[in-house]
Amino acid sequence: MASTPDYSWPPMDQRKVIGKPIKRLDGPQKASGRAKYTSDLKPQGLLFAAYMGSPHAHARITKIDTSDAEKTPGVKAVHIINPEGTEIQWEGMEVAAVAATTEEIANDAMRKIKVEYEVLPHFVQEADLSKAGARAKAGGERVTGDPDQAFKDAEVTSDGQYGIPVINHCCLEPHGAVVQWQGDQVHVFPSTQYISGTAPQLAPNIKVPVTNIHAHMDYIGGGFGSKFSPGKWAEVCAFLSQKAGGAPVKVFLDRRMEQLIPGNRPSAFAKIKLGGKKDGTITAWQSDAWGTGGFAGGNSPPLPYVVDRIPNTRLTYTGVSVNCGPNQAWRAPNNQQACYLTCSALEDFAAKAGMDPIDVFDKNFSYAPDARVEIYRFQLHKAAELAEWSKLWHPRGKGAAGTVKRGLGVAFGAWAGGGHASQCLTTINLDGSVTVELGSQDLGTGTRTIITQVAAETLGLPMSAIKLNIGDNSYPNSGASGGSSTVGGVSSSTRKSTMNALAKLYEVVAPSLGTDADHLEAVNGHIQVKGTPAKSLTWAAACKKIAGGGKISEMGENVQRNPGGLNSQGAAGVQIADVSVDTETGVVRVNRYVAVQDCGLVVNPWLAQSQIHGGIIMGISTALFEERIMDAQTGRMLNPDMEFYKLAGIDDVGDIVVHLDIREENDKRGIIGLGEPCAIAICAAMGNAVANAIGVRVPNVPLTPDRVLTALEGRNA
Amino acid sequence: MNSSKEPKLPAQPKGVSRRGFLGGVGIGGGALGTGLLANESASAAPPAANLVGPGAADITLTINGKPVNLKVEPRVTLLDALRNYIGMTGAKRVCDRGTCGACTVILAGKTVYSCTVLAIDAQGKNIETIEGLATGNSLHPVSAAFVAHDGQQCGYCTSGFVMAAKGFLDEHPNPTMDDVKHGLCGNLCRCGTYMGVRQAVLDAAAKMKGAKNG
Repeated sequence: MASTPDYSWPPMDQRKVIGKPIKRLDGPQKASGRAKYTSDLKPQGLLFAAYMGSPHAHARITKIDTSDAEKTPGVKAVHIINPEGTEIQWEGMEVAAVAATTEEIANDAMRKIKVEYEVLPHFVQEADLSKAGARAKAGGERVTGDPDQAFKDAEVTSDGQYGIPVINHCCLEPHGAVVQWQGDQVHVFPSTQYISGTAPQLAPNIKVPVTNIHAHMDYIGGGFGSKFSPGKWAEVCAFLSQKAGGAPVKVFLDRRMEQLIPGNRPSAFAKIKLGGKKDGTITAWQSDAWGTGGFAGGNSPPLPYVVDRIPNTRLTYTGVSVNCGPNQAWRAPNNQQACYLTCSALEDFAAKAGMDPIDVFDKNFSYAPDARVEIYRFQLHKAAELAEWSKLWHPRGKGAAGTVKRGLGVAFGAWAGGGHASQCLTTINLDGSVTVELGSQDLGTGTRTIITQVAAETLGLPMSAIKLNIGDNSYPNSGASGGSSTVGGVSSSTRKSTMNALAKLYEVVAPSLGTDADHLEAVNGHIQVKGTPAKSLTWAAACKKIAGGGKISEMGENVQRNPGGLNSQGAAGVQIADVSVDTETGVVRVNRYVAVQDCGLVVNPWLAQSQIHGGIIMGISTALFEERIMDAQTGRMLNPDMEFYKLAGIDDVGDIVVHLDIREENDKRGIIGLGEPCAIAICAAMGNAVANAIGVRVPNVPLTPDRVLTALEGRNA
Repeated sequence: MNSSKEPKLPAQPKGVSRRGFLGGVGIGGGALGTGLLANESASAAPPAANLVGPGAADITLTINGKPVNLKVEPRVTLLDALRNYIGMTGAKRVCDRGTCGACTVILAGKTVYSCTVLAIDAQGKNIETIEGLATGNSLHPVSAAFVAHDGQQCGYCTSGFVMAAKGFLDEHPNPTMDDVKHGLCGNLCRCGTYMGVRQAVLDAAAKMKGAKNG
């Protein structure tokens, strides 16, 4: 018997597939329009559903009459989601849904549903805490050290107020599902970040055993944290299918509903006071923060962010309940908020102290976790070098003459990113074919590609020899794709599974090569005696020796508590924004954006770079444009679309420079996810750059022209 | 290349290529205004006899050079006709209001947002969709460049971007980077693939020019 395989990654210089800039495998499918997303599915007999939400932010449903809708020719099912008596707590909260033979009929029928509401008072704007009244729930005060004394002793103090608003995920593929409920079996095609979790989450809501729910998804058009659950829509879709006699039904939210109900990023506002020494060392922090995640209230971001060992602190947080749709995880939950509040306050302190923020950040990184202090300092200076800080930076507001002002701003981020729980099944068949199966999903992060790279590397085969199956809950369980946990999880389970299968193959072929299994290796499509290509079998010849059922099937599992060195967590990063601000129009343009990103073993540097570009571009979009705008009078969202809810376009994001810190000492840490850590610091770096350019702080993002001009005029001084 | 039979329209001034529908080809943001004008002209002259609707009407669309017969209500957009009635799902419905470009197709040689064109109005014009770009397993140079430069992540905007890029390059075969940034600003991506898209479009321009010369 062979001993337990050594799963550890091959040394950097011996890798043939891992670490190479391989193009994404599903790229041709996507770029030719052939990739079928769930919203593209049109099975035989498909019914289209219309999904109705409340027009009111706060109301009680007093009457629902669906009779006219039901009588409409072509309507096959009507389902009341929230019955009479339900208290609606946000605009768009579900009322009813209709399934019909065409989308046009479904929409017509939905308009025929008569709903009466008792409209109740609403509250939708949390930015001004003084107006929140009973909707504000103050938490306790947390104190460390002696902040009062520390502020008294401080040589420099700074004050500021900062805000980062509620924003929407704005997934291009809306939330939705196709469901067919036939007999006691339910076939679900979700748009999800968690295919393995679809059945367990849906089962109790539709009262069907988990084993009778079959979930499948090939492609997803964006999630960003908002698609972990199958959602109310999948449940409604199931009931419509059942009522329609088992026909498949498609529910996808229209853009207005997409902007209202399936999730958003919570807001965070804070008044922050810092105290410290003339040399830039901060000794005291006081923050009074508030924000909302919807009707349920809010949760404090982790303050002070990263530099959380400032010795004297006083913190309060007030959660505000609003009549708006509930939040969902948003790429690095609560970190963007914490980063914006903290790094803005640090930059204001540096300006008050008359210091270069690079020096102030460097000094105060001593308050970061021990393991990261020197990493941050290295990254800070690397980023400064790439951004030409020493040449381009000037004291706040002291740039060159002229109406267009240039400025630089710095900020930092941190994220765990350890691998999630994941199981993988590898099958080697008599004919030499190999299948690798996981109940995972590729969000566009390149999951298909990296799993295949790991399998090919381990088995000594070309990537084209690996058939990968993901996106179905009949495959072994794998975790949700979120929190930068996927790459570590699936790579580790694939590594173990493929090595376990290979160990069995070694046992099968060892006698023919006159050795034992421990002395074999898989290289270049051959199984050979280690280091002896002359004593080898081709992969195909080796597989022909598989007896029994004609195949080898072996599992592999990533256990979060014991990843065995294959993956780990903790990736830091420092980023610098270089902007120009037109002081006559208030328009902010990005010149260049620099990101220095810490990493572990990088399976595919090409895709890693794409992901970092993506995180930064998304961040620039949130820093310059994105905001959910609520109307106090009507309680409605004023921009539930993509015209007035603005996203950055191809000409809005400047040039992006990424330094991915691939080094042997980082490689030894194993794989660490990168989706989150790169996406945290942008609002803060952009805000600091604008303050540096124009000489005054624009307190709230997005950095829109009106806010910039208002700050310039000193109206919120 | 499959576009040799396309009607050729005069090239737009270089560097200015906002969507054709804004110039009055489709209905788009001008839908209300068009209706009012139609009423005014109706008082001056009797309406034409080819009225259709409100029920479903038989129409013929010319898609990638081939006629396709279908029956749709007059209110059905070209996008919904493609996706829901013909099963061509490369064009995506994202904003459904002519903002994001995920539904971009090329109509009579002009890039349009297919969510802002009625299917009945698209009759008699060649409609190029992404399904018509590839030849067998061979990707169109624009698609190939998007793969080569990773101008895609989740891919939901990609079909629209590829079509917008194809339409842009048809009119601007020698673009600069600034031209690309300006000419492709009618398409939105949420994953943040713009760095790859920029390179892809420049690379596709170079490759397509080479193909034409050779």
